[in-house]
Amino acid sequence: MTTTSTSSAPRRAAARAAARRADLAGWLLVLPALAAYGTFVIYPLATGIQFSFYDWNGIGAATWVGLENYITVLTNPDLLGAIRNSFVLVAFFTIIPVGTGLVLATLIRTMRDGAALRAAQTVLFLPQIIPLAAAGIAWSWMYAQTGAVNQILNAIGLGFLARPWLADYATALPAVGLIGSWVLTGLCTVLLLTGIGKIDVSLYEAIRLDGAGWFREFITITLPGLRQELAVLVTLTMIAALSTFDIIYISTQGGPGRATLVPGLLIFRIGFTQSDVGLASAFGIVMMVLVLALVLPIQRLARIGDR
Amino acid sequence: MRLHMSRRSRTVVGAAVAFAMLGLAGCAPGASAPEETDGVEVSTELTDEEVVLTIADETGFPVTDALTEEFTRQYPNVTFEITRDTFQNLTANAPRLLAGANPPDLIRLPTIGDTVKDGLLANLDPYYEAYGWDAWPASQLSPLRMSEDGVRGSGSLYQLGLGYSVTGIYMNLNHAETLGITEPPKTIAEMEEMMDAAKAAGILPIMAGDSDGVVNFVVQALMNQYADQDEFLSWMFNEPGATYNTEGNVQGAEKIREWADKGYFPSDINAIDYFTFVTRFSEGEGLFTFNGNWAAAGYQEALGDDVTFFLAPPVNEGDRFIAMGAANSFSVAAGSDNLNEIVYFLNWIHTNPEARQIIVDITGASPGGDPSLPLPEVEPGSLIEKALEMSAQIGADNGQVDFMANTTAGIYAGSIIPESQLLVTSQITGREFVERVQAFYEQEIGG
Repeated sequence: MTTTSTSSAPRRAAARAAARRADLAGWLLVLPALAAYGTFVIYPLATGIQFSFYDWNGIGAATWVGLENYITVLTNPDLLGAIRNSFVLVAFFTIIPVGTGLVLATLIRTMRDGAALRAAQTVLFLPQIIPLAAAGIAWSWMYAQTGAVNQILNAIGLGFLARPWLADYATALPAVGLIGSWVLTGLCTVLLLTGIGKIDVSLYEAIRLDGAGWFREFITITLPGLRQELAVLVTLTMIAALSTFDIIYISTQGGPGRATLVPGLLIFRIGFTQSDVGLASAFGIVMMVLVLALVLPIQRLARIGDR
Repeated sequence: MRLHMSRRSRTVVGAAVAFAMLGLAGCAPGASAPEETDGVEVSTELTDEEVVLTIADETGFPVTDALTEEFTRQYPNVTFEITRDTFQNLTANAPRLLAGANPPDLIRLPTIGDTVKDGLLANLDPYYEAYGWDAWPASQLSPLRMSEDGVRGSGSLYQLGLGYSVTGIYMNLNHAETLGITEPPKTIAEMEEMMDAAKAAGILPIMAGDSDGVVNFVVQALMNQYADQDEFLSWMFNEPGATYNTEGNVQGAEKIREWADKGYFPSDINAIDYFTFVTRFSEGEGLFTFNGNWAAAGYQEALGDDVTFFLAPPVNEGDRFIAMGAANSFSVAAGSDNLNEIVYFLNWIHTNPEARQIIVDITGASPGGDPSLPLPEVEPGSLIEKALEMSAQIGADNGQVDFMANTTAGIYAGSIIPESQLLVTSQITGREFVERVQAFYEQEIGG
């Protein structure tokens, strides 16, 4: 509290009343948002947690099973394999797009020509406005035995590498991962470019006067200046990787075998095909905890850097 | 200090809200008492009143359009509203559609699952008596029955078929001629010789795909020949203690592994889906392909007289034929307001000559019903005529088995597809395939 020990009792009471009124007004102001949040986020989350302790087919009677669903999630090799696959996808959804975005944003920043700059931005951002399902279909055509990827390989004399990319056990997961990289790189580039625009130009002039090169400039000025944007991007893309559904559903359905099976697809199948709502809910809760465990430290890191 | 207080109180409020919601939601989710279907007097007379019947069907299944049109022509007071969704969406949403306040009168339902236990389907037994369906082939109706403890194959009747399918093998006669093959193989061994000859001549022995699991037409066609039919069926019907892990099933699966090792399948089989393998066979690729009667009209159109259709051969010449076949199964919602009318429509489909003709013309499937009724007319020598003959042969041999994909709601996508993808690319043995599918089955049935 900001009141000092020397204040008299009545003044303290008045201040407390004012604070209460302010509190009340505050609560009234957030009420609509809170109601919406409660209905569409808290309530489903709470029922999800509740369902996860039952064996329930979504329609009939439910049986309390305690932690059994959670034990299944943490011991079933198929389910664990799906979680492992989603972590591999983090490399393609987070590391590649953010890395590429950094390089492209730094390069574009140095562009003098306004028209070329806008063109580059548009082209890079374009994949972002294409629905993921459509991207999935287009890419599965390109990855097919007779698709564009193999045609290009044949044309440049690398025909021995040609294969049905999405049906090959070794290449299926990286192949779907690259679809994600392609979609997310534009978002990363544009956001990082905006971030670079906010960095004080005099800092770049100063370091150049000190004789620093491109790399030194990048490490000392650009990278620290983009800390906020990087934290946002890493958070967004990591969530995208761990909750992927559409690309996989459209392109591979989790195959070949279980090479591209991810939690999103499994939760959908367990919940809606197998009608095991309890296990699907438990799996969803476990994924939520995993996402939070990964994302919260990143948020904290970004905030510590600010102080 | 203030910051700490507010943070803590926020957490407390959040937790309180969450627990309040939990409390509101009650102790256990879901309803416990299944609703009863009675309250309607069974009648085999069609009403004179204006009635609108609703049907929920899958997309790409035009037979319901033609049947309802013909029915309305014969009985103008009855009209239909058909809603369509993809097979996958419809299957996933069926229980919720049926449990809703306004369920469709008739719904395409490939697997009964928990719907009987949850009281969502109308029990057709009273109509079975009233219409005299006991004259229909019992083996065709038994997969459409379910007992009170959830075992298919016996108990009350909950479904009927809009056509009853049969599966077999199509052979490209152009390739056959090149290889000196004059008639369909009579045994599995004979078929293997033909495939060796094809492989040697640079012709793909079997056109098949497995990105969506359809290679299981081949897998099960082989298992059927080695397995004990009743034992296999009891597993598909979820009888207590039934197992997939039988020596016959293992032998069939090991045969598939052998065929995969010998390169009888396309090398990119896991990238080929149903549509692609049908197209590629239609374009002349492959000596054999495993498919059902529903593909007959398409193959005939594409290949003309250069294709024939026959039942999968047994192990020993002269053994009886076993083949997968199933009703294009539809169920009546327990909550239907027009039970008598919709069942009248179902009975009409099995007995009316025009309706039976529509079933055969559009689906190429057998119309089912009383075997003493005349069969619809088909073009002599056509694949559809072959399909009807095969249906009759299977009927005579009592050799119909269900599709193992229908064993449980989740087993196809969750186990049979991924494991068969591994099997046909020689990643696992036949025994491993069988063991893994059984493990998934036990987990799904038990869980």
